[in-house]
Amino acid sequence: MSAAEQPAAVLEVREVTKRYGHGRRDTLRALDGVDLTLHRGEILALVGESGSGKSTLAKILAGSTSQTSGQVLCDGVEITARRHSTARRRIQMVFQDPYSSLNPRMTVRSALSEVLRVHRVVPREQIAEELSRLMSLVGLDDSALDAYPSQFSGGQRQRIAIARALAVRPDILIADEPVSALDVSVQATILDLFESLRSELGLSVLFIAHNLAVVQHLADRIAVMYLGRIAEVAQTDTLFASPEHPYTQALIASVPRMRPRDLEQPPALDGEPPSPIHLPTGCRFNPRCAYAQPTCLIDEPALERVAEGHSVACWFAGQLQQAPTKQSEEFA
Amino acid sequence: MSVVALSRTVEPLLSVQHLTIGIPSSGGGHATLVRDVSFEVGPGVRYGLVGESGSGKSMTLKAIAGLLPRGVEVLEGEIHFDGDDVLTMSPHERRRIMGPRMAMIFQEPMTALNPTTRVGKQIAEGPRRHLGLSKADAQELAVDMIRRTGIPDPARRARAYPHELSGGLRQRIMIAMALSCKPALVLCDEPTTALDVTVQDQVLRLLAQLCDDMGSALTFVTHDLAVVSQTCSRLSVMYAGRIMEEGNVREVYEAPQHPYTEALFQSAPDFDDPGRRLAPIPGLPPSLTDPPPGCPFAPRCQYAIESCSTGSKPLVEVRHRHLSACDLADQIFGGTR
Amino acid sequence: MTTFSLTHRFRPSRREARPAARRLRPWYQNRSLVAGLVIVCIMVLLAVLAPVLAPYNPIKQNLNEALQGPSGAHWLGTDKLGRDVLSRLLYGARVDLRIGFLAVIIPFVVGTILGAIAGYFGGWLDIIIMRIVDVFYAFPLFLLVIALVFVLGPGESSIYLAIALVSWVSYCKIVRGEVIVARQQEYVQAARLGGLNNARVLGRHIGPNVISQAITYAMSDIVMDIMVIVTLGYLGLGITPPTAEWGSMIADAQEFITTLWWMAVVPGVAVVITGLGLSLIGDGLTDLLSPERRK
Repeated sequence: MSAAEQPAAVLEVREVTKRYGHGRRDTLRALDGVDLTLHRGEILALVGESGSGKSTLAKILAGSTSQTSGQVLCDGVEITARRHSTARRRIQMVFQDPYSSLNPRMTVRSALSEVLRVHRVVPREQIAEELSRLMSLVGLDDSALDAYPSQFSGGQRQRIAIARALAVRPDILIADEPVSALDVSVQATILDLFESLRSELGLSVLFIAHNLAVVQHLADRIAVMYLGRIAEVAQTDTLFASPEHPYTQALIASVPRMRPRDLEQPPALDGEPPSPIHLPTGCRFNPRCAYAQPTCLIDEPALERVAEGHSVACWFAGQLQQAPTKQSEEFA
Repeated sequence: MSVVALSRTVEPLLSVQHLTIGIPSSGGGHATLVRDVSFEVGPGVRYGLVGESGSGKSMTLKAIAGLLPRGVEVLEGEIHFDGDDVLTMSPHERRRIMGPRMAMIFQEPMTALNPTTRVGKQIAEGPRRHLGLSKADAQELAVDMIRRTGIPDPARRARAYPHELSGGLRQRIMIAMALSCKPALVLCDEPTTALDVTVQDQVLRLLAQLCDDMGSALTFVTHDLAVVSQTCSRLSVMYAGRIMEEGNVREVYEAPQHPYTEALFQSAPDFDDPGRRLAPIPGLPPSLTDPPPGCPFAPRCQYAIESCSTGSKPLVEVRHRHLSACDLADQIFGGTR
Repeated sequence: MTTFSLTHRFRPSRREARPAARRLRPWYQNRSLVAGLVIVCIMVLLAVLAPVLAPYNPIKQNLNEALQGPSGAHWLGTDKLGRDVLSRLLYGARVDLRIGFLAVIIPFVVGTILGAIAGYFGGWLDIIIMRIVDVFYAFPLFLLVIALVFVLGPGESSIYLAIALVSWVSYCKIVRGEVIVARQQEYVQAARLGGLNNARVLGRHIGPNVISQAITYAMSDIVMDIMVIVTLGYLGLGITPPTAEWGSMIADAQEFITTLWWMAVVPGVAVVITGLGLSLIGDGLTDLLSPERRK
């Protein structure tokens, strides 16, 4: 994809940091200078382990918390947590757990029509029609409107949660692990739903996940986060075919496979992420990195472009190819 | 058809026969969580129980461990461990086998470890009581077990309290605790679901390796097909409280003999096959209080014919040591008998 | 990026889309709720119909017939002033039940609102409200009510005031805790992100989910309040004599406890039965008000 074809950025994150705690020593840096761009009409997956800051970023984008520093731009205009309701409408969020994201005491109809009325999405007399449109968008029957959340299965609840997000007609959907609480046989229906919402409504989706196998099927681009920073961003097939960051490589090698694999081999990555309160100096991945060099212990690498649409935060990006992981061979 | 005729060259370590678990209710309409489940686990075999939520896999495991929640009862069937009937054991007899002969690893190690006791002491507790080791010997064994789980600086870690350890380390401590008495059977209930991908990878390798070292058999409950593929050699696929298919992992993955297994594979993302379209299974699992007659999967099955909704569907051998509960397995999958 | 066709997607079958037909158990199948309601309704009915049912005027003295045992004329006997015990018991129910129910309303409303505000907004509002609550909590509540009534002087209005001043803190604590939990729930976050104002989020999304705890507590609080009135009556601080009231009946009867024991036991049993009924209702409501209505 050449620069001319580059689709317009709908959401831009610039140097965003988020710190918790006021003391000088025990500051938790949940986000530590994140740059990320969501293009119009794309599904961008944000992948990382617990503590990588991916959910914190989602909260900042949705406006439920504010960043310590940095900017979030929506169509080039800066937005903050205290945003106007029209700006709030544009970005909607879908949560992980469909069992806690719906008010157990409200029927689907009252939950959805409340949103429609508060935002005056449609005139009062058209609310019934709009409800039925929303239901068909997420693949639910109109009879579902008068039921309570407890009467639905997990997958159906997630559809209702998506319908609620869609009710205000947003441009951007932030989905925080929307399928990880669902059964395998249901996951695919929700993934399908996101794909059809993108193609039919032109929504831009930031899809947060920890399961690489899931995002591989859905995302156009993938951003890998590690300890509050973006380690690598690339097109989905590029990322899996030639991961440049050692962490991305390890992450891919760690995915449990359907095919037989030698368990005698040592695991792809030792140890666990260090605490975001006491970050290592230099590259934050260096304590677990097999390729760490003296440079890595001193200076932190910035997210640099290595190819069109492919950026990596590693001093040795492009030079680690001589030791490709077993998995990248399979993709070549 | 040859009904459940397994080669009996080795006496099974664990034998579950016609296990039915339910919630008895005086007012009728009681729920059956597990229905007529039979399987055997040989010594040293790593056996997987796979299924989605509500399939009864966890209840089966809990029945083996004697940890069924209040109100849930074994209605029928037998569970034999090492020749002894587990279900008729007194609590005292059960305590004598839980730990030294049979151990359990839970999904959430934080709730399974005692927060007020140092982890080394918790590991040493089992060997002291069951193997009759002295306090010093047991402590030494505990440190050695921690070392074998790959935790650096084991002597120092043994003095830590559970809350001072990360999730991955806690799960390693759980594994060390479970294996400290060299049990013949280790029961695992989704032991890596709460862990990150890279840590899950470490823990699965560790578990497989330690079980092999100690000669322990494994009964592994999970919803993740890929995790079973990595850890187990034989598996049962459960649906709506019943076993739909049983076989060796590789054979089941390469040539499933039940439409549910096939559909489950088609709905799950396979990391090594990203181009494949994911096909969700339409419909919902049947109600546990009022299951449909015949095959429980029939209402959602693309191959279902009229006869699928009547009669019982026993697990029959369709290939060598490969069992399916589908009448039509031969026609659909071309089984060779 | 995608190597597979995504244009024509699977549409979920309509069959899947229907909610599971799960019937909720109706309230009347809740045994403890029904039993509690029956007991309390009978008590209320007896109290309301006291003027009709009572065979005698409860405050009319007849020293000639003092301290009689149960008989055809006086089913439960008479007290030392010759007043009919049964009539005093029925009229006493009017006083005790009325104060019990009414005394709960003000602390319930005030405590719930303050607790919701403290829990929802947090920050300095929460700190101030909770410090005040802590001050009240530092005293034994029972003792505080008694002391307040002592200061305010006996009488119904000072009982209301004393109970209201003291017992709102319990509701405040309960509701605050529930609101803090509910605020973390994703459906509340979703409502806030959906642009709803605070009043709406509190009223529509948090309120209905936290109020059940406060209602359940209110049931046991009524029992507590009746105990307070009875205790005050016993101490001579409650309702001014000669108004019939269970507490003063017990207090009056105590000098005859070894001989005419039923005089103290009968009003005591009335207190216990009322308390039991209200507790059963509380239990039943806990089940009924949980959104899943399991079991």
